[in-house]
Amino acid sequence: MRDYLRSHEGEARLFVVLVVLVVFLSVASPSFLTASNLASLMNNNAINVIWAVGLLVVLISGGIDISFAVAASVVQYLTFYALMAVGGGNWLVGLLFAGGIGVAVGFINAALIAGFGVISIVATIATFNALFGLLMFMTAGRSLYDLPDWWTTRVEVVHLGDGATLTLPVAAMATAMAATWFLISRTNIGRQLYAFGDNPEGARRAGVATSLMQFIAYGWVGLMAGVGGIMQVNIVQEVVPNALIGRELEVLAAVVLGGARLGGGRGTVLGCFMGVLLVAITQNGLNMLGVSPYAFKMVIGLTILVAISMSNFEFSALAGRHPGRRRLGRLD
Amino acid sequence: MAGWIDRFEAMFGRDVAGLLGFLALVLVAFTVTAPQFPTVANFSSMAFQVSDLGLLTLAMLMPIVSGGFNLAVIATANLSGLTLAWILNRNGGPEAGVVAFTLGAVAAVAVGGASGAVMGATIAFLGAHPILASLAMMIFLRGLGEYLTRGGDISGFPDFLREVGHGALFGVPVPMLILLVAALCWHILLSHTRHGFAVAMIGSNARATEYSGVPVKRTITLVYALSGMMCALAGIVMLTRFNSVRVGHGEALLLVTVLACFLGGVDPFGGFGRVPPVFVALLILQTLSSGLNLLGTSQHLSTAVWGLFLIAVMILRWAGPRFAKLLNRTKE
Repeated sequence: MRDYLRSHEGEARLFVVLVVLVVFLSVASPSFLTASNLASLMNNNAINVIWAVGLLVVLISGGIDISFAVAASVVQYLTFYALMAVGGGNWLVGLLFAGGIGVAVGFINAALIAGFGVISIVATIATFNALFGLLMFMTAGRSLYDLPDWWTTRVEVVHLGDGATLTLPVAAMATAMAATWFLISRTNIGRQLYAFGDNPEGARRAGVATSLMQFIAYGWVGLMAGVGGIMQVNIVQEVVPNALIGRELEVLAAVVLGGARLGGGRGTVLGCFMGVLLVAITQNGLNMLGVSPYAFKMVIGLTILVAISMSNFEFSALAGRHPGRRRLGRLD
Repeated sequence: MAGWIDRFEAMFGRDVAGLLGFLALVLVAFTVTAPQFPTVANFSSMAFQVSDLGLLTLAMLMPIVSGGFNLAVIATANLSGLTLAWILNRNGGPEAGVVAFTLGAVAAVAVGGASGAVMGATIAFLGAHPILASLAMMIFLRGLGEYLTRGGDISGFPDFLREVGHGALFGVPVPMLILLVAALCWHILLSHTRHGFAVAMIGSNARATEYSGVPVKRTITLVYALSGMMCALAGIVMLTRFNSVRVGHGEALLLVTVLACFLGGVDPFGGFGRVPPVFVALLILQTLSSGLNLLGTSQHLSTAVWGLFLIAVMILRWAGPRFAKLLNRTKE
């Protein structure tokens, strides 16, 4: 346990912050710790968690992806037209299409990064602009409302009582978390991803197929972008071309809050989940406490600022045990 | 002829020559295809439009050269613009005098510099990753602006500001003049001063720079403070150009500023980056956008072309040396 805490210091600190926040909100607002509130908290943040675990794999491998939220919008449109072409489809066909298209978009990024040696942040900012511009141009900004019934029908998966239910996106979130955990913690590929992210040159010399790692990482975030995209439609029941733009930075902040390191080699699924929850619970709590909605963003920004300041502050330096180490992250 | 080229390259650098070639290519292509393109009216409107993006790109440039990032450029510009607007409105709105404007502009630059300094200190002294720190700052500043304005816009400014935003001096639009002066200052600061040298060294290797006796933490704080002040200048120019201020104004430009830096050959890891090639890159982006606009396409297609253009340039930079090597081999 102590070893775990030492190697996952960021996660441990975040967990403490979350517990304090939950206890405070439970006392301050009677409606916070209720089944219906917790269920809606999960239902509303399932998509962010799906994207977060996808992004996590890329961060572990030492890269970054700015384009996944726009990729999710592209997936939504292409999946819609593909489904129309096969006469409506169902969840299985939809997920296959969405996942497949998502992976394809991820592979474009991977090809640029692995094939042409473009730095990941440059490549994904370029694809972000290219995809978003093309999407807005091709769709002329038009939204889609006439979607297949199965796609927009609310699917209730778990009943918590008091009329509170967890919906299909939450089930998808749990699956995505489990699959990502299995990939990075229980497979050979996962070990190679961590190794590659921590020291690309060392990993290459140790026999890691570096191009393959890029394709797996960006393919995975593409897959999650696709799954998140199709699930997001299930919640909002429409497809709007610019609805998801900007979400990539929120998710990135949450994942890094959860202990993943920009620069590679570190990060866990649990940390990711807690990072998204911290932002979500802060916003939910402000709502419960009756704070003006206009102040939400300000408080969330401040929370993240304080959280990163805390997580980089060496408490042991206060006790004078060893001088503060400065971690300089690098992006590949 | 060759001596001429050598002298040019010695003066401006090889990267500028290549980009100027691209610029010439794009200019010729649009002159052939769009009859309204090579007109004074078009070039004048291009000069007006490039100023906002240009100032924001300069604000992005210095942190990237120092090995960091500033995702808060738009939010800082908006908040600085709000500061100026608030002071103008407190002093009579449309009847406000030059003194009120000067006071407001100074306050705006102070706000921009202060928020940059806080962000820089978080990065330098607490070791927070620049992407995360500036992301949190972006969310906070945007939230603060939303809270103060309730999401609305502020307008009703004195008439003489119209002269700043839409006037011309010796035939050159005033915003363009401001951009030129700012770019010149930035160029001198980055390439010909002790500070600029320290910034590039920090971007290459922060630890070695620290051991060389450079006050790394103070320099990084100063980098973000200066970046914030440049954002404030952009915010002031945007106020005079649009005659209103709103939170979220120009948000779409955020990643375009990064794109412009990368197109201008700035190293994403920091350490290398100069103002002249970035300036030419800005001119290319603006030419692409204005030309496509004259051909009757939407702004979104320009965004897509910007992204695709960056990808093409990156692939060319990858292929160039390989191609040259291949040529040399066949000669032997």
